[in-house]
Amino acid sequence: MSKIAIFDFGTGNLFNLHQALLRNGAHSVDIIRTLEELEKYDGLVLPGVGNFDNAISSIQREALLLNMAVDNGMPILGICLGLEMLFNKSEEGILDGLKLLEGDVLMLPKKKVKVPHIGWNNLRIVKRESNLLKGIPQDSWVYFVHSYHIEPEDKNLIAAIADYGSILPVVIERSNLFGTQFHPEKSGKIGAQIVKNFIKICEKNE
Amino acid sequence: MPLSKRIIPCLDVDNGRVVKGIRFRGVKDAGDPVELARKYSDQGADELVFLDITASKQDREIMKSIVKKVASVIDIPFTVGGGIRTLSDARQILLNGADKVSINTASVKNPNLVTDLMKIFGRQCVVVAIDVKRNFRVDEKNTVTSGHDKDFYFEVMIYGGSKGTAIDAIQWAKKVEELGAGEILLTSIDADGTKNGYDIELTNAICNNVRIPVIASGGCGSSEHMFEVFNKTDVDAVLAASIFHYDNLKLDKVKRYLAEKGIQTRL
Repeated sequence: MSKIAIFDFGTGNLFNLHQALLRNGAHSVDIIRTLEELEKYDGLVLPGVGNFDNAISSIQREALLLNMAVDNGMPILGICLGLEMLFNKSEEGILDGLKLLEGDVLMLPKKKVKVPHIGWNNLRIVKRESNLLKGIPQDSWVYFVHSYHIEPEDKNLIAAIADYGSILPVVIERSNLFGTQFHPEKSGKIGAQIVKNFIKICEKNE
Repeated sequence: MPLSKRIIPCLDVDNGRVVKGIRFRGVKDAGDPVELARKYSDQGADELVFLDITASKQDREIMKSIVKKVASVIDIPFTVGGGIRTLSDARQILLNGADKVSINTASVKNPNLVTDLMKIFGRQCVVVAIDVKRNFRVDEKNTVTSGHDKDFYFEVMIYGGSKGTAIDAIQWAKKVEELGAGEILLTSIDADGTKNGYDIELTNAICNNVRIPVIASGGCGSSEHMFEVFNKTDVDAVLAASIFHYDNLKLDKVKRYLAEKGIQTRL
């Protein structure tokens, strides 16, 4: 029985993500606008819609609560922007990131490739023991929609990469912190498996 | 490795049903939009496009509920277009679960809408649909192409292709990219309904002038036509309707055929 929370940055469309979590085994899914009651949940998803500074300002006041949840081992999945926010700063905005992970967020190489990176791209798994990617075959197709990418300082975080103009880290995993640059909720059967894996991680952690 | 080329079935929705106009014989019912969405998604569609073809007020409410139902059952991206004129129209569609909105006539009438949508929802949500027809009355401000007999320019058409604008499509495509479009859905009115293949000349003209993804539409009658447009242009995706609805061409078969011909597809 897993209770999952999605944090709403106030930018809108969380319906798909909500449905995907329910479809793939979450017992209940709440959309929350404050982290005050975060301990009620077994896992937290930071969604991938909106703009860096807006999203950061909506969660900044509660950074302490978020840090506590991370320290207490709550599984947290950042999707796209939700992943980018975990780092120090982004070229998309001027505000500091959540600084839960060391590294920056950079614009995609505009001169080499079309930006945004929209479409299905291959996932090259580099961390075989990844819990989030359990059962996902090498070179699976996943759906991307983004203009920025993460550049973690600690390369050991990286669980999978993709090739788009340069080699991009697209899945990160460090104990209870997870992130995907693509949208698992829009990535067909492969994405569904990743959502299922995250829910299983949350269940184990109950 | 390059991105996979996307195959996008298009569902024209009228009063809650998927329909397809057959020339001179009106409109034929093609099924329930939610069922078809699920079927195409299961067969490997990379994305879906829904076009609300009447877009009356009453129809708009029905469309919202369809969008919500579709979003509950499929896990691939989908775009909704047809009659979206204002920010509030777009917001309603996106909040009910669509990933992108496609705007056409409204982008010509009110170009700021493209920028406003981009600022609020992000560039990736904004598809600008451009309907194009060759116009043989050229003047110095047009990007002139030399045809077999006569010079022409590609003209942007609005109101479902019925009205000319004298706007040069190549210049317009560049303009909407600047304004904030994330993708261009490019329909050739000249090719549409012919089943003779996509408009290669037009598709190249647009793809060579923008840096955002382009979806080719109009003229598809077979999987060979899809191969042709992927092979001869830099297009990112193809849209097709009737070959999937009526000709019983299975999506997975089309994709396997394209893969065998060396086109990167998601299998």
